[in-house]
Amino acid sequence: MISKKVADVKEAMKGIQDGMTFMLGGFGLCGIPENAITELVSSNIKDITCISNNAGVDDFGLGLLLHKHQIKKMISSYVGENEEFERQMLSGELEVELTPQGTLAEKCRAAQAGFPAFYTPAGYGTEVAEGKETREFNGKMYVLEEAFKADFAFVKAWKGDEAGNLIFKGTARNFNPCMCGAATITVAEVEELVPAGELDPNQIHIPGIFVQRIFQGENYEKRIEQRTVRPRN
Amino acid sequence: MLDKNGIAKRIAKEVKDGYYVNLGIGIPTLVANFVRDDINVEFQSENGVLGMGPFPFEGEEDADIINAGKQTITTLNGASFFDSATSFGMIRGKHVDLTILGAMEVSETGDIANWKIPGKMVKGMGGAMDLVASAENIIVAMMHTNRAGESKLLKKCSLPLTGVGCVTKIVTNLAVIEVTPKGFKLLERAPGVSVDEIKEATEGTLIVDGEVPEMTL
Repeated sequence: MISKKVADVKEAMKGIQDGMTFMLGGFGLCGIPENAITELVSSNIKDITCISNNAGVDDFGLGLLLHKHQIKKMISSYVGENEEFERQMLSGELEVELTPQGTLAEKCRAAQAGFPAFYTPAGYGTEVAEGKETREFNGKMYVLEEAFKADFAFVKAWKGDEAGNLIFKGTARNFNPCMCGAATITVAEVEELVPAGELDPNQIHIPGIFVQRIFQGENYEKRIEQRTVRPRN
Repeated sequence: MLDKNGIAKRIAKEVKDGYYVNLGIGIPTLVANFVRDDINVEFQSENGVLGMGPFPFEGEEDADIINAGKQTITTLNGASFFDSATSFGMIRGKHVDLTILGAMEVSETGDIANWKIPGKMVKGMGGAMDLVASAENIIVAMMHTNRAGESKLLKKCSLPLTGVGCVTKIVTNLAVIEVTPKGFKLLERAPGVSVDEIKEATEGTLIVDGEVPEMTL
């Protein structure tokens, strides 16, 4: 067994530097790497590029990094929940690259799987396709999109073992599996870290080969953005 | 004239037995409330769930189970979770049978704009560009005019596009309209709404072919 276990978030983040590009899993606040984000905030790292579907909310998730002006550029598909983000974007302080959600996911998966680029129909005929190569296949037009290049991927899983194998829960899965192995170093934080051999190999969502460092996460808040319920009767 | 629930109710009639359906945020989300309960339909949410159920009972919310609107939800028997790349594989690969989404503008050639108002609102396209570029069966749910009373059914969209030539049907508070190679074809009128009122509210070419029936809900 090749162990990927590191002692804590500090050891897991070794090597982060100003100006780097990071991938961060999560959809809204669901399945975000809370421990990695907290550590990025306290590290005071700056001029970073973040690839993440959303930008958090004003006081949680990536919003915490935005408040300290640590992010130079965001690559996201939807940023509607964050007023500080909108303010920084409209004032030009923050560079923003909006990417269709499926394209964002596929640019991660392509990096993970060794494809330099792929054709997608998403965005053809819109400003997203401006300056990009297009091509017709079977009478339909497609846009050439390139794989992401990133220094670190920070992902969050439900359970993991020392070998780096990961299991996700519910819709907290989202972008996390796509980002594993899509950066030079993938750091996984988990709610429950177990010794190798305790997870059923049949149930593994992401094999440990895609993960370089894994650690036991702490103090998960798991904030709910829209608490919607129905009456009991 | 229909209200938002009325639009959702009319669209629900387009949902057929055995369909996998993707619902956008806003009026489209309401469609789930009106689908006949004697047919089998599964709702897909782009953040990675198929077989979405109603909101949870109070106290049973799970932060790890949400829909694309970030609302807490439940799952039904037969549901599955998957990653974002797989989710959009379902969408791009045309495995989803029907897509229902909102719009700011639709053109008579089926172009749609729903993600950006330059200088005012830039929230992002989310999954809308992937959905409209891939799905073959797209219904737009929207009000016929904007808050300023201007038509949202145009000859040509004025806002940045989400997709080109992709919308097949539009259900508004006034009418059901099909997008044809010749323009907007009026299929049904909302209860109490005249053909003239619909013409008045439609900037693009409106094709009225004979007697136009009033819709039944």
